Amino acid sequence: MNVIELSVLDLSLAAFLLLGHAALDLSLRLGLGRTLLLSALRAAVQLTLLGLILGWIFEQRDPAAVVGLSLLMATIAGIEAVQRTTRRVPGLRVLGVGVMLTSSLAITAYGVGAVVGPEPWWDPRYAIPVLGMVLGNSLTGISLGLETSLEGYDRERSWVEWRLALGATVREAARPIQRRALRAGLLPILNSMAAAGLISIPGMMTGQILGGESPDAASRYQIFILFLIAGAVALGTLAAVLGCTRLVFDQRGRLRVDRITRKVLD
Amino acid sequence: MSLLRCEGLVRRPWIEGFDLELEAGTAVCLRAPSGTGKSLLLRALADLDPVDAGRLSLAGRDRKDMTAPQWRRAVRFVPQTPPRRPGTVADAVREASDLLGSPASTLSDLPLERDLAQLSGGEAQRLTLHLALTSRPEVLLLDEPTASLDDERADEVLETLSKYLASGGALIAATHDAGMAERLGGREVRLA
Repeated sequence: MNVIELSVLDLSLAAFLLLGHAALDLSLRLGLGRTLLLSALRAAVQLTLLGLILGWIFEQRDPAAVVGLSLLMATIAGIEAVQRTTRRVPGLRVLGVGVMLTSSLAITAYGVGAVVGPEPWWDPRYAIPVLGMVLGNSLTGISLGLETSLEGYDRERSWVEWRLALGATVREAARPIQRRALRAGLLPILNSMAAAGLISIPGMMTGQILGGESPDAASRYQIFILFLIAGAVALGTLAAVLGCTRLVFDQRGRLRVDRITRKVLD
Repeated sequence: MSLLRCEGLVRRPWIEGFDLELEAGTAVCLRAPSGTGKSLLLRALADLDPVDAGRLSLAGRDRKDMTAPQWRRAVRFVPQTPPRRPGTVADAVREASDLLGSPASTLSDLPLERDLAQLSGGEAQRLTLHLALTSRPEVLLLDEPTASLDDERADEVLETLSKYLASGGALIAATHDAGMAERLGGREVRLA
């Protein structure tokens, strides 16, 4: 495989695009230039650090290091998923982290261990990148599912309580909101799958082709990862939406909107 | 034996030790200034809000011995503001039928295809009450049942409630209407 390595100078040339946009933004007074530059800088720092950490872990060949990094990544993703919601309820962070840890790690372990089957099974060259992609997509799905759930229970309290007043169980009363939340969480991955290969060439396939892999093999890996991501997002979002319902209803099945607080936006 | 019995109900800071006995076929109108906990009391009786203390029973059966859906189906709350939900009148009717396990219907002057968002406040309130009467509950808890209605429609609603009482139902209504208790042949309870 012949990969053309990118130097710091090459990356600086790419950054010119962002600087150009920031200058345009400044002249038009749109107020987004600073955010764009800071986000780009943050991404560059994070990815550089990730590259260094992954390099170190690849050298260690130690399963404990792979498991440790996986747990750390999943925990941060769980916290971030909750951080993105504009409404909160006690126990939401524990739910977010718990769901992310179980769904993403289980699906990744199944996908890498049972489908790809590297030697050893925990080979970080496979496990960490796959987990990263699963986590990134699960984060979006879970946060959208939680946001839509909490917004629904808060704004449509009168409807949910009307259903309760007609003798609905919690599951029956919450169903319209759960359905909508699940759809919101799955929509991005459904759109990605619909566009894959027609409108966009997904990231993993692009990376493998750039890395010298044949398009045929790259497409099969992309299909594999899309299936894995869709499974993880569906499982994670469903668990988050069902868990969120438990947090906003009490043991007598009363909708406790008094538990929901709104995050003060800057 | 009373149908609905409420002993020492406490919901701080609004309700301190509320007692009530309601017999079948009777009506109680709760009257009090706004913001003194009338709606909260109805919601607590319907098991939609928690209470700090007190005991509730229906026909001698303690609320704790009934599941929440069983209690709410028998002691049915009708909110002052009709539920905001998407869909048509047909969707609302189907929903009530499904949840109550009994065929519900619309009002004679409300076509099934009407969009719920297009209903006037009065139409929505009458529809909500009509659906709440599906499979006749044992007790109705009404929050300002005539608040959004003109005199003619309010008379129709009171007539419907009188028929419900005559069939053996019982009701508690939170209201500002000074004449409602008399017109329903019930008694008035003033909250402090």
